[in-house]
Amino acid sequence: MDRPFGLLAELTYRCPLSCAYCSNPLNLADYGDELTTAEWQRVLAEAQELGVLQLHLSGGEPLQRRDVVEIVNSANELGLYTNLITSALGLSRRRAEQLRAAGLDHVQISIQANEPAVSDRIAGTPSFERKIEAARMVKELGWPLTVNVVLHRHNIDRVADMLRLAEELKADRIELANTQYYGWAWRNRAALLPSKAQLERAEAAVRAARVRLQGRMDVIYVLPDYYSQYPKPCMGGWGKRQLTVVPNGDVLPCPAAHALPLPRASVREDSLAWIWTESALFQRFRGTDWMPDPCRSCSRREIDFGGCRCQAFQLTGDAARTDPVCHLSPDHGIVAKTVQAANEGTRPTEGVLIPRRYRGHAR
Amino acid sequence: MDTAVPSSSRPELAPHVRLTFDRARDRHVLLGPESVAILNRTGADILGLCNGQRTVSEIVQELQGRYNRVVDDEVQQFLARLVAKRYVEISHG
Repeated sequence: MDRPFGLLAELTYRCPLSCAYCSNPLNLADYGDELTTAEWQRVLAEAQELGVLQLHLSGGEPLQRRDVVEIVNSANELGLYTNLITSALGLSRRRAEQLRAAGLDHVQISIQANEPAVSDRIAGTPSFERKIEAARMVKELGWPLTVNVVLHRHNIDRVADMLRLAEELKADRIELANTQYYGWAWRNRAALLPSKAQLERAEAAVRAARVRLQGRMDVIYVLPDYYSQYPKPCMGGWGKRQLTVVPNGDVLPCPAAHALPLPRASVREDSLAWIWTESALFQRFRGTDWMPDPCRSCSRREIDFGGCRCQAFQLTGDAARTDPVCHLSPDHGIVAKTVQAANEGTRPTEGVLIPRRYRGHAR
Repeated sequence: MDTAVPSSSRPELAPHVRLTFDRARDRHVLLGPESVAILNRTGADILGLCNGQRTVSEIVQELQGRYNRVVDDEVQQFLARLVAKRYVEISHG
């Protein structure tokens, strides 16, 4: 059996932003009973033992945890490469220096657009200026910097400008990732899904920037899978390369798998090693034996692993079906219809977004 | 992209990259932002010698002392790939 390379640690779902594209689960109150510092430290030690090399600290906003420096310190002592995925709200100079001293390896800061007013509107709170200041501080302290942008109908026409901003910030990487329609984002899908013309312009901007920035900045562009011929190889295969631990200690093969009707697994009840190797949850879609046709006989079954289980469930109500994004799926019409609607002349470029407000109880 | 790595240049790991031994897999690995590269023994040996002091020719010589089949090209191509990914930096002269 493969060993996991990466652990996504969702430390908390508390967040100062209220992005309409948030992919966290809908019922955040269920995750308020967060793991303690000692529990996280045990999880990290078990993860390292299991083969994890990369730790991604995320949320919500991971800086909302007061113990984030302690957690980073423990991860660093275990030899894990630590990535902080943050809105930058809460990244004061003092905190940044503490994180640097604790051995944090890499910082990823989200921006919502290249202009203050637009970025703040999408984030639902004044934040752009602080993000830019924090990005400069990250470089000043000697960290590698990734700028993260979630793309959608309201900001995808700004890709060229966002690339220039990242270049000006001396970012080492930029991740331009089209919205994935899980959690809260699902509610806003019609207002978020870009048109084909928008995508073509964005892709041209990405191609030009890759040439210009070669050897200076990595440009990662994640296609919107609704427009792809084949589905994404979700998580590089179910229970194959990655695992996620969510704020209350539940373990998932993919951060969107909360909603699937599968047995739970929790670090509060079992070891990470048992969950990875033995649990019903991690075995359910591992490998290719579970696949229905057309996946079962498809030459791409080891390339895209049948696509995303969460998306199959979301769109068809059955997590074991072929991802409807695939043009070979018998359910592909569902995706085709959604894409067609996004390209009708009557659909506004900037439809109304329903912001997500964090209303869980504070710890 | 192919970046030339002259034999007089002095390669070293980029500051944000870590070379480490992964006991779970019994292999050397190179860790960077959002990336893991699993190294074979030769790769690990080459990188182990990249300290910003030795030149590429000195690294080749050192490796030839250990094994009898290391060619300059192999070392240079390996390093060029890592320079293109910005895992390795080179200073000239």
